[in-house]
Amino acid sequence: MNPNRIFADLVVFARGYFRNPIGLFFSLFFPIILVSIFGVIFSSGSSPVTIHVVNQDSPSNTSIQFLSDLNKTGAVNVELTSDGDLSGFLASNSYPVGLIIPKGFAAALANHTPIALTMYGNPQDPTSVGIAESAVATVGNDYSYRAANSTPIVFLQVHPVGSTLFTSIDYLVPGLIGFSILTSPMFSMVEISASYRKDGLFRQLSLTPLTKGEWLTAKILWYIVLTFISAGVMVGMGVFVFHAHVTLVVGLLPFLILGPVFFVALGMLAGSLAKTVETAAVIGNVVTFPMMFLSGTFFPVALFPEPWRTVAHYLPLFYVIDGMDRVMLFNNLAGALPDIAFIAVASVLTFIAAVLTFRWRAE
Amino acid sequence: MPNAIEVHGLKKTYGDLAAVDGVDFVVPTGRVFAFLGPNGAGKTTTVEILEGVRKRSEGEVRVLGLDPWEDGARLHPQVGVIPQEFRFFEKIHPDEAIHYYGVLFGTSPDPEKLLRLVGLSDKATAKFDTLSGGQKQKLGLALALVNDPKVCFLDEPTTGLDPQARRAIWDVIRQLRSEGRTVFLTTHYLEEAELLADQVAIIHHGKIIASGTPEEIIAAHGGRERLTVEGPPSLAQYLNQRLGVAARAVDGRVEVPMRERGDALKVLTALEASGIPWQRFATAHDTLEDVFVALVGKMDDGVLKAEGAA
Repeated sequence: MNPNRIFADLVVFARGYFRNPIGLFFSLFFPIILVSIFGVIFSSGSSPVTIHVVNQDSPSNTSIQFLSDLNKTGAVNVELTSDGDLSGFLASNSYPVGLIIPKGFAAALANHTPIALTMYGNPQDPTSVGIAESAVATVGNDYSYRAANSTPIVFLQVHPVGSTLFTSIDYLVPGLIGFSILTSPMFSMVEISASYRKDGLFRQLSLTPLTKGEWLTAKILWYIVLTFISAGVMVGMGVFVFHAHVTLVVGLLPFLILGPVFFVALGMLAGSLAKTVETAAVIGNVVTFPMMFLSGTFFPVALFPEPWRTVAHYLPLFYVIDGMDRVMLFNNLAGALPDIAFIAVASVLTFIAAVLTFRWRAE
Repeated sequence: MPNAIEVHGLKKTYGDLAAVDGVDFVVPTGRVFAFLGPNGAGKTTTVEILEGVRKRSEGEVRVLGLDPWEDGARLHPQVGVIPQEFRFFEKIHPDEAIHYYGVLFGTSPDPEKLLRLVGLSDKATAKFDTLSGGQKQKLGLALALVNDPKVCFLDEPTTGLDPQARRAIWDVIRQLRSEGRTVFLTTHYLEEAELLADQVAIIHHGKIIASGTPEEIIAAHGGRERLTVEGPPSLAQYLNQRLGVAARAVDGRVEVPMRERGDALKVLTALEASGIPWQRFATAHDTLEDVFVALVGKMDDGVLKAEGAA
């Protein structure tokens, strides 16, 4: 390995990259677009559920206070509606949840008489219905205790795991960095391996003292640089735009370095199996797409049904994303060591296999 | 070293097909050797084996005393190569490409000087994919010289180029020869071989069908002077009957092969006496192209006759 030759090849490759607007777009602007799209989708998931209320006890202060307390939970947003057929009103407007505060609500509380609130829920939106149910039940229980002059004995205190309470956007940032570590080198290397062979560029390079290992190392270095840039962009966007609770920690370095090593080598290996540029693209897609969706890039693997959860454990990208989740969300480098070990071994083996498999010259 | 390149019994087969079928030749150091042949004759396969980018099936090959396939790492710093239709990184500039090659070979080339040599100075900072075919080929030539090579392999370097670009590359080849470098040139332009080469080998269907200096090949495989006049075919018949020569009518002309110089006077006298109208009396000598067309044609007709049988 001659560092001068590696550096010269790196400079030539990097220049080519910057002079090609499409490559630059995919490496730098695509991550921004990805984080923006998914950030908007997942951030909007936490907005309160609108609950349409018919207050038949109006104008009692108690019922108005009850609805105000319901609003304060932050889980629901109370919208008053006029008396009538609430169920029909919800159905005709595609609203998920409705609530009726019955006449005599204030009096019942004052007299300690049991009284039922009526809720309508659309079974096709169980999430909204569940949120509304638990909000109403919580506030209802609170009113029952107060009316009985009593306090709850058993409490539930929810503590976040790690340092903060995580939201979807938090899991999304490591997932999208993983997506970038996978796709950028894989698609490029598969294409390069086929087109360089077709254009005789490998043949041309074989006539110089540059070795296959040096050439591949230069590509790896370049994709490590790109990975650092796109990870920085995504973390920045996640934190400053979508308020994600992720941190840039030293523990992230092994993944930002080993990830590109593995996927550059894998892309080269996959590309060298192809005879033409067209079949190279097909092989690249076959290798890339399962990993793109099943490794926890967009959704945590823990949410997958079987057998997909098991399948994920056979995909190398799973270990990259799992490890990045551990270090970025929990700052748990020790817990990420098995992931790092797996990727390190896989990277070395894949690099060697790629150098041995791809041919500069014709037999 | 007397010979820069030595090839004995070289064969390259793909299944049952023999692309190169038992080829022998040597190229003395400092000479320009032209490897001629029609498309698909085995030229590129042979030159790629000599460069060490293709593995041979059989035979002995030595370039600068080294086996190109086994000792590529030692050979390549001493040779320069331009492949057919040279291609390179799409977005690289010629001056950057020369610098890059310089680092790879551990030399310090002067990009300006090399680009001036090949006539590409005005495109030093143009992207490779914006260069014309001839300009790309010139950059290939400049890169082949970055490591100050002892042997240059040029595989059809002027194919598809305009006459001006072709002449520019010829000038570079002449300069390489004057600097004492050995040049191995494949081409299907006979004129190119005749102008540049000290030695020529003609390959067809994977076999060498003629070799030597251009003059030797012309002398051995045709090489006679002939008279031509414009006139009807009856003129050829008249000359053959009257003089016992082998005159042929071709495209409104009559060609008369000469055995000796005195034949010219006899033919002129006979023409005057014939009473058949004729004009434009001229003499011509077989060119390498005539020999090439005749040899390749004969091979293709399957009637390659023994010398002198005609």
